[in-house]
Amino acid sequence: MKISVQLEDFDAGREMAAVRAGNPKVGGVASFVGVVRDVNDGAGVATMTLEHYPGMTEKALKGIVEEAQARWEVIDCTVIHRYGILAPTDQIVLVVVASSHRGDAFAACQFIMDYLKTQAPFWKKEVTPKGARWVEAKDSDDKAVDRWK
Amino acid sequence: MKVKVLYFASLREQLGRGSEEVELPVGASTLGALRALLIGRGGNWQTALAADKPVRMAVNQDMVPRGAGQELAIKGGDEIAFFPPVTGG
Repeated sequence: MKISVQLEDFDAGREMAAVRAGNPKVGGVASFVGVVRDVNDGAGVATMTLEHYPGMTEKALKGIVEEAQARWEVIDCTVIHRYGILAPTDQIVLVVVASSHRGDAFAACQFIMDYLKTQAPFWKKEVTPKGARWVEAKDSDDKAVDRWK
Repeated sequence: MKVKVLYFASLREQLGRGSEEVELPVGASTLGALRALLIGRGGNWQTALAADKPVRMAVNQDMVPRGAGQELAIKGGDEIAFFPPVTGG
């Protein structure tokens, strides 16, 4: 398992190769990359600042991955989440799951993203033409988590 | 007893600080008691931490389940965080 909360960008291809490197038990790798959009809630987004809670962030992400490992066959998993100032088209988050079969890989990857959205302590502040604003949490994110219960 | 209290994101801005040490009076030993004490400061504290606000909390870096925590016991030296619902990913 690799968990990283970092300022720097990441190379998704390299991370996808790393979770299966030299392991013939891996039958598939599922991944998700979250990216900064240029529009949110009807306003243009110039830049976005991601704040987090150092210490708790890593602990929360580790707990989410462990929960996924308890539910599905996860051979290896990488979660990278950036913080700091980001601009449209920048990568924000990466989840990579290696498993024997695609079903477990897809499910675990989606589960980790859904939980990360509501349990990992990150907050986005957008700069728009109307000024800076904190992004509000969405009910749809809570519903996305509830379906795994 | 003393606890370390942290504030993040919009709450940090509204309250004008990111962290502080808070001394709880004898007998006040729940998360609800701490929140009530902070609300009792009035002004922005009363507005930002009011019971009807969607404030989330963590105790020693573990998220308190939504809607829970009022009766959760806390002890001296604990790290308590108040923040808005998270928006990462």
